[in-house]
Amino acid sequence: MPGRFPLAPDRADVADNRTDDIDRLIERPYRAGFVTDIDSDTLPPGLDEDVIRAISMRKGEPDWLLDWRLGAYRHWRAMPQPAWAHLEFPAIDFDAISYYSAPRSQANRPKSLAEVDPQLLATYEKLGIPLHERAALAGVAVDAVFDSVSITTTFKDKLADAGVVFCSFSEAVAAYPELVRRYLGTVVPPRDNFYATLNSAVFSDGSFVYVPAGVRCPMELSTYFRINARNTGQFERTLIVAEPGAYVSYLEGCTAPQRDEHQLHAAVVELVALDDAEIKYSTVQNWYPGDAEGRGGIYNFVTKRGACIGRRSKISWTQVETGSAITWKYPSVVLRGDDSIGEFHSVALTNNRQQADTGTKMIHLGRNTKSTIVSKGISAGRSQNSYRGLVRIAPTARGARNHTQCDSLLIGDACGAHTFPYIESSQPSAVVEHEATTSKVSDDQLFLCRSRGIDPEKAVSMIVNGFCKEVFRELPMEFAVEAGKLLEVSLEGAVG
Amino acid sequence: MTSRPLLEIVDLHVTVAGKPIVNGLSLTIGIGEVHALMGPNGSGKSTLTNVLAGREGYEVVAGSARLDGRDLLPLSPEARAHLGLFLAFQYPIEIPGVSNMEFLKAALDARQQSLGSEPLSTIDFMKRVRGIATELDLSAEFLKRGVNEGFSGGEKKRNEILQMLMLEPRMALLDETDSGLDIDALKVVAAGVNRYRREDRGILLVTHYQRLLDHIVPDFVHVLAGGRIVRSGDASLARELEARGYGWLTDAA
Repeated sequence: MPGRFPLAPDRADVADNRTDDIDRLIERPYRAGFVTDIDSDTLPPGLDEDVIRAISMRKGEPDWLLDWRLGAYRHWRAMPQPAWAHLEFPAIDFDAISYYSAPRSQANRPKSLAEVDPQLLATYEKLGIPLHERAALAGVAVDAVFDSVSITTTFKDKLADAGVVFCSFSEAVAAYPELVRRYLGTVVPPRDNFYATLNSAVFSDGSFVYVPAGVRCPMELSTYFRINARNTGQFERTLIVAEPGAYVSYLEGCTAPQRDEHQLHAAVVELVALDDAEIKYSTVQNWYPGDAEGRGGIYNFVTKRGACIGRRSKISWTQVETGSAITWKYPSVVLRGDDSIGEFHSVALTNNRQQADTGTKMIHLGRNTKSTIVSKGISAGRSQNSYRGLVRIAPTARGARNHTQCDSLLIGDACGAHTFPYIESSQPSAVVEHEATTSKVSDDQLFLCRSRGIDPEKAVSMIVNGFCKEVFRELPMEFAVEAGKLLEVSLEGAVG
Repeated sequence: MTSRPLLEIVDLHVTVAGKPIVNGLSLTIGIGEVHALMGPNGSGKSTLTNVLAGREGYEVVAGSARLDGRDLLPLSPEARAHLGLFLAFQYPIEIPGVSNMEFLKAALDARQQSLGSEPLSTIDFMKRVRGIATELDLSAEFLKRGVNEGFSGGEKKRNEILQMLMLEPRMALLDETDSGLDIDALKVVAAGVNRYRREDRGILLVTHYQRLLDHIVPDFVHVLAGGRIVRSGDASLARELEARGYGWLTDAA
């Protein structure tokens, strides 16, 4: 099968009808904005202990996990919503959200694809993610999460042959309870922060990956998150464990229907890398961003953290963030093992009224630990785009090194780019470098391109792609091209 | 020599921020002709080339400019390029991260598309760009670098000529392509322009110096002063200017 990954909606039909009419171009096409009309088991809006019990019961969870959830919930109730981010939005009414919604047809946990509701398969097909293995992108196994549940996971058998576990979180709780219990909450504790604690209380589904010692995962693993139901939040939880010497590359993608009201997405991702293990985690985030006036769109409040527990272990985050009305996320690495390595490569693009406050934390604890941060922020329209990053070198981190490069690109003059770097070093032998640049797509650059016959939309996308090149290089090959196309779609109307 | 007009500028008046810069300029460049436009600083030379290419910030208050009979002035810069107009920039612009190669391919693809032709295959494209780069004494490594990113002055000017030779425009406006070049680089650039020079194409050379015209011999030389052409002649006019300066012409203007 041709290697076409679906996160970027196909824009061929847009290109064919292209006119010079700038108004048409401003109509920003969000092609994943459709709704699947499906009968769902949805909990009424509101959050209390009964809701948490109901979620846990629907998932048939053991008592320890219910207690874990309730503990988080009781703590959460007393927590204030963080206000330090450079974001403006009205208070979220947490009692107006439904915390669980699942297609009724999935109630009995289909054992095979043949049992999966064809309407759900068609939804993923339409999003460009065929779930039949014969039609799927070769070399990529997919876990498809629809609202609060995982629909199916492809290539499970092939992965099992290699000893790799890749399944939904709910399934993992049932099938690998000791693994889940050993690692759950070890990287992002249930009381970590407001949104992570909320997630700990109400998380529904997500992916679980376990790569045994010495195994190089034979395929790219990928989870596709789809929000469908109205007034519903999505609270997934992903846990990836790489035993000594293991390697895995994982990618997540996300889309949601186009709606006038905001929807909350508050995920937690935990990564654990033991001695000599490597986890490469990539995100292509294309949640519905809201319309040009800022109506609707996803509130994306996500806690992602990896722990390099083992010596010489490595965790790298690569993110391409183009969607969501608000993005609040700081994929981080705790470098505990000596000689461990953390990387963060990010492209965050905001257009229209979008707001992003995103960056990373690199916490150096072990000796000779190294981290690299490359952040590319692109602001267009009337959007606000902030980089916020912490580099902390503990007294124990002798010989630690960090290099941070933080570049902002502005398109037009109504947007904002901000940089909030925090550096805390308690170790005199550490080397910490921070470079930052801000540039503008200039009229001169546009004119150069146009005078060579290149239309302005193409010119801007070429300039932006050039700006992001360093980060795109880090994406798995199958996705790098699509990420570029996604930027192109997201920039529609940014010129003129 | 009279031939069918390629570029025809009639009574052009241009202001910048309300200030008149070009004041009733008329100039006709026939197919196959090379014209040199000379004149003191501030006489309107760069304004003319930028207006013709469609750069923003200039207001055309009167007059017309036609390429092959098509009115240029209402067209977008890209539409003018598709008609075969090319501007070699006096100050080439940098686009960091976009490789020269990628930029040239995008420009060439856009041209092919405007002609209704298939895009060049990657292999044919590479062959062609490498061949031309070699003639301009530009290495393969140069093609991979960001557009004008960290290029020396000479490399930037040669890069403009590379773009011109790749795009094969009908009418090339070369805005002080010789400025900032040492004599070796000047020869390379001049050889590139002479390679481009053909019976079905036109060139307008904007320059301050006779030395470029030693290598690219123009059919006509014009002197611009106060936004108008005050003297036209053949190649010997440039030599006269070299000897006498502009004073004797501009005083009269």
